[in-house]
Amino acid sequence: MTSTLDTAAVHSPQAFTPHTPGSAGLRILKRLPTWLTIAFLILVTGYPLFWMFINSLKTNADFLNNPSYAMPETWEWANYVIAWETGNLATTITNSIIVTVPSLVFIVLLGTAAGYALEVLVFKGRGTILLLFLAGIMIPGQMIILPLFTAFFDLGITGSYLPMILIYTAGGLPLTVFMMATFFRAIPREIFEAATLDGASMTRSFFAIGFPMMRNAIITVAIVQFFLIWNDLLIALIFGGKKSLNTIQVGLLNFSGEYGAINYGPLFAAICITVFGILILYLFLNQRIMKGLAAGAVKG
Amino acid sequence: MKSVLGDRKAITLLLTPALLVYSVIILAPVLWSFGLTFFTGSVLTGFEWNGIENFQRLFRDPYVWDALWFTLKYAILVTIFQVVLGYGLALLYNFVLRKSSVLVRTLVFFPVVLPTVAVALLYQKLFQSAPTDGLVNELLVNVGLPAVDWLGAGGTAFVVIVIMDVWRSVGFYGVLVFSGLLDIPDDIIESARIDGARSWSLFRHIVLPMSLPILFASFIFSINGTIKVFDSVFALTGGGPGNSTTPLTLYMYRTAFQFSDFGYGSTIALLLTVLCLLVTLVIFRSSRRDNTV
Repeated sequence: MTSTLDTAAVHSPQAFTPHTPGSAGLRILKRLPTWLTIAFLILVTGYPLFWMFINSLKTNADFLNNPSYAMPETWEWANYVIAWETGNLATTITNSIIVTVPSLVFIVLLGTAAGYALEVLVFKGRGTILLLFLAGIMIPGQMIILPLFTAFFDLGITGSYLPMILIYTAGGLPLTVFMMATFFRAIPREIFEAATLDGASMTRSFFAIGFPMMRNAIITVAIVQFFLIWNDLLIALIFGGKKSLNTIQVGLLNFSGEYGAINYGPLFAAICITVFGILILYLFLNQRIMKGLAAGAVKG
Repeated sequence: MKSVLGDRKAITLLLTPALLVYSVIILAPVLWSFGLTFFTGSVLTGFEWNGIENFQRLFRDPYVWDALWFTLKYAILVTIFQVVLGYGLALLYNFVLRKSSVLVRTLVFFPVVLPTVAVALLYQKLFQSAPTDGLVNELLVNVGLPAVDWLGAGGTAFVVIVIMDVWRSVGFYGVLVFSGLLDIPDDIIESARIDGARSWSLFRHIVLPMSLPILFASFIFSINGTIKVFDSVFALTGGGPGNSTTPLTLYMYRTAFQFSDFGYGSTIALLLTVLCLLVTLVIFRSSRRDNTV
């Protein structure tokens, strides 16, 4: 019965017709809008990425003299070497990793512990504290960067990775605490209480039971925060402005400004490198990423 | 049993680190930033008290009004596109493609995870007009239309920003709403069908009302993000040409880091925060009304 709910059923009023034998031609015709829609979606999403790739393999003369949708005359793989070296990609990618990984570890550890404390444990004022964390989701980064810049400058740590790690950690906590509290809500209290009967404290029951049980939730949280931190520009611009601290986003932007205006191939190549890195991650984790990001939005 | 769950030591040990980091890095700076609005200067030049001058300046500054207008225009337009197109995609996934939607879903979602800077640079090239036409102008010229200097004027640059941000995020809203549509029980739709509901009335009376909560959640999430737009505009147009595509976030960034006025920068940041707060309040007021009806 469900199979009759078919093509464009939702869009056109006359679409609901039961299958009758011999109407194959009609069925194909009715399927046409669907196929066209899908083709359109694939084209609009995929073609710009393909276009970027073919242009990353062109020489300057090729790019300037031929239509941009034409295939490269010669495949200039050297563009990638130039992009990698001139664009300082090794340094900027390393910087991004140095900043992202510790932030993720801190967010997961602190956020899960706080989510557990606020949801499982019972004490006065926990509702208020949860609300306090929630307010953080709304606060724009612009509202905190100037005092932080002032403070970090006075402390003399603006030339290090520390400001970025601290801000990413703190900035990731509101959503993480809230998400973890929601996840803990689904687990019966008895599980944690039972552990204490065997003589474990609630702290131990968190590390022995709570944390491991949250494995899936933690992966979700980590995925959400990874993309937020990896793709961030504002904090990275302000606290990673020094060339040796440039994250991949800032590095790419600078490369485009200094060099990309006249060297098209290497600029396209540099964009491709950053995109393909994410693509590889996405190929392996796409279902988890999609579910995780959607969960993050609904809970946030 | 309550005493076990009220374990003081555990509460302190587990909650304090997160609360401390959050208070020091987020909450305290919010208050401090509020204090900065009464000063002028920066960390390099030193701060100087100037009373309510920043606020007077805020109301007289035409750039602030331009930036506020741009922010609202952008946030409303992009939010509508994100939610409506995302809903369209979700309907396509759930009712037309169904089990076979995984591939399309996965592909359309991909731009969501791409770095904004990379996407913005790609769009600069797609919409380029000099020294050679980008893909979009080539298409226009091939069908006999004139090439457009997309990023050379405020109006067309705005169009490019909106197209880019919708392209970048619509797959996300598709999946988000789709996950909500999955919760509509099949038998409700089946029984409505048996009762003779046709596609349009099925959609109008069953699917649409039942997807309102998820549409509402998407709307909140969308407006909360679009009102703080920074990355995509900064990387695509840098606010230009002139000031024509400068949202509040970017104007604040410029004031603080190019013109070294942290005091006035904080004042603009405060305006932005108040805007976010207002939007949140309005949304929650209207949602409460929805629930009581």
